[in-house]
Amino acid sequence: MKHLLGVDQLSRDEMDRILERAQSFAEVGRRDIKKVPTLRGRTIVNLFYEASTRTLSSFELAAKRLSADVVSVKSAGSSVDKGESLKDTVATLSAYDPAAIVIRSPHAGAADLVARWTEASVINAGDGKHEHPTQALLDVFTLRQHLDSLEGTNIWIVGDVLHSRVARSCLLAFRKMGARVTVCGPPTLIPRGIEALGCAVSYDLDALGEADVVYALRMQRERMSESFVPSLREYAARYQIDSRRLGPRQLLMHPGPVNRGVELAPEVIDSPQSLITAQVESGLVVRMAILYELLTGSDRARPERGPAPADTPTIGQPA
Amino acid sequence: MNVSANGSEGGAEAPKLISRPGAGTNLIIRGARLLDPRSDLDAVRDLVVRDGEIAEGAEPGGAAEIDGAEIVDGDGLLAVPAFVDPHVHFRVPGQEHKEDLETGTRSAAAGGYCAVIAMANTSPPIDSAAVLGSVRDRAEREASIPVGFVANVTRGMEGRELTEMAELADAGAIGFSDDGLPIANANVLRRALQYQRLAGGVIALHEEDPDLSAGGVMNEGEISAALGMAGVPAVSESTMIARNCSLALYEGARIHVQHLSARASVEEIARAKSAGVQVTCEASPHHLTLTDEAVRSLDARFKMNPPLRTEDDRQALIDGLRDGTIDCVATDHAPHASEEKEVPFEEAAWGVTGLETAFAALYTDLVLPGVLPLELLVERMTCGGEPFGIEAPRLEAGVTANIALIDPELAWTVGEDGYESRSYNNCFGGRELTGRVLMTVAAGRVAFRQRSFALGVAT
Repeated sequence: MKHLLGVDQLSRDEMDRILERAQSFAEVGRRDIKKVPTLRGRTIVNLFYEASTRTLSSFELAAKRLSADVVSVKSAGSSVDKGESLKDTVATLSAYDPAAIVIRSPHAGAADLVARWTEASVINAGDGKHEHPTQALLDVFTLRQHLDSLEGTNIWIVGDVLHSRVARSCLLAFRKMGARVTVCGPPTLIPRGIEALGCAVSYDLDALGEADVVYALRMQRERMSESFVPSLREYAARYQIDSRRLGPRQLLMHPGPVNRGVELAPEVIDSPQSLITAQVESGLVVRMAILYELLTGSDRARPERGPAPADTPTIGQPA
Repeated sequence: MNVSANGSEGGAEAPKLISRPGAGTNLIIRGARLLDPRSDLDAVRDLVVRDGEIAEGAEPGGAAEIDGAEIVDGDGLLAVPAFVDPHVHFRVPGQEHKEDLETGTRSAAAGGYCAVIAMANTSPPIDSAAVLGSVRDRAEREASIPVGFVANVTRGMEGRELTEMAELADAGAIGFSDDGLPIANANVLRRALQYQRLAGGVIALHEEDPDLSAGGVMNEGEISAALGMAGVPAVSESTMIARNCSLALYEGARIHVQHLSARASVEEIARAKSAGVQVTCEASPHHLTLTDEAVRSLDARFKMNPPLRTEDDRQALIDGLRDGTIDCVATDHAPHASEEKEVPFEEAAWGVTGLETAFAALYTDLVLPGVLPLELLVERMTCGGEPFGIEAPRLEAGVTANIALIDPELAWTVGEDGYESRSYNNCFGGRELTGRVLMTVAAGRVAFRQRSFALGVAT
């Protein structure tokens, strides 16, 4: 595996391998010294064209735990702000010969383009409303801590599906792991044709009881002014997950940041069924596993730059 | 009005088609298959051009030599009336880094075109006689094939006030269009349709309800849902067509609907035509051969307005072209610089080039598999000027020579030798197509020779 651009291109085997690796990093994380030397001397660039707290911090920390040198470039205050094109920015950053570029962009397909323009491995940390594959992988990892398998489980994704890259990547990932997925939200926020991705569609929560997992999405306030929904009040009345709607055996997830009192009632956020904090924890180890998979995998091909660095140092070779 | 040299019609009115002046050519194409459905011609014969006019034909090898005439071996080749494109963007004035009249007409000639009609969404737009005069002056210096220029319907393409349509018509506007943008306000369009009684000139319409299409970058459907990109629904086009056909009927006006993309649009046109609306319409090679599946690549070369739609829409366009609901093929040739296309799909400029690949793409994807007969394709690619008062070229003795000489078996990879256009945002780039234009005669003059073919002639 050279790049992680979307769940769409991931095989079940690749997902399993990343999740197993993440499990072993979770064990490292319980030691006093949490750092491993795997990526010593390698450079990882985080290129973020959108504000991000958890994704950026967890990628930075994941790179550091693997002993890589990490640089984070944010659009504000950089040459991006001065009108430099994505292509030129990537060319500039590629001059440092990074092992990986982690990119977040407000535009679909940005990671695919970067992969075309650089020799580094590219990780999509969210491209427009298209995909957010590392989020989906950490969500599957989190669920597997609580359910033996996703095979045959019922997962409901509730909220603004139209504007959510998390919804798309999770839908694809949950389907690949064998789950049945229902997307639910106001008809104005469910994209036409979403059924083609292999999910059911519901416009109300009446059948939410069948769900083993309820995955709530962030409801952005801007959507009111664009008249996707008449008011937050009406939205909350119809779609808010609260203790009345959430059964005791159902698990609750949310990609954060939460709008308390909009998509989720406060009592469910802090309930034992809520995996929201566990998701953040998983984010770190899953991103470590992804960096490991892409940057140390045996099939990593970089023929243009001469022989790839040996994975296991041999005698006579400088370490 | 014929596709002929400048001003040959005479009269006080300015000629509608402009190109660089030059003397008519002498040329003999020996033994090619001459195909002109309109003249009921399909035979292997010699085709003779004398002083830019088609002379009497002769049996293969039978045409007498003319002093100084170029002689071309047409064995195995196809000679058809050259094509007329009612819809190109040549970016003059203001965006000559994408295309100018010299590269644009060369690109057109390379695709077998003998005349094109350039749209007016330039910078500044062609909304005054002064701007129109300046681009016509440049065409007289730079255009290797005749170009007609439409002028805007509204000032600054703002959709609010009409341009001085009567003066623009006198100054040589071949028709009127705000193409690139719809005329959203129905009352403004109604005034323009009324004013047509004074100014003349067909009004060509880019049909899009801007409220329904707002924010969209591709067809709305399963693929936009999967890619998370905002969709442009097909109804944003079809509802505008329905509205504007009603207005045209009410005012007794003549409209030309540009670049149909959807089944619902074809159905609206069919309804309008049967109700007696004076409406013609066009479809593009890319909408006739590609679908929104291509957008899965997230490659901005597949971004154009209207967007590529579904296979069902594509089939409806093909059926419409076959049964005559769709009158003609138009490329909507829209050059863009690489920095406007090598960006994420949502950010990229709208439009694709298409003049050099129109025939080959349609021949490869529709004629060779037996979907459409060659005669029909030639007919629909030559009649694009008719809505604007330009007669389709013919292979008949006594008319100005407008000829596309084609090797129908030559397979070539699009873009491998570059493009004649200044831009290379061609959506067929990298694909192998069959059928290549080797030589184009436009308004009696040789406007293009394919490089390898030209070398062959020289030896």
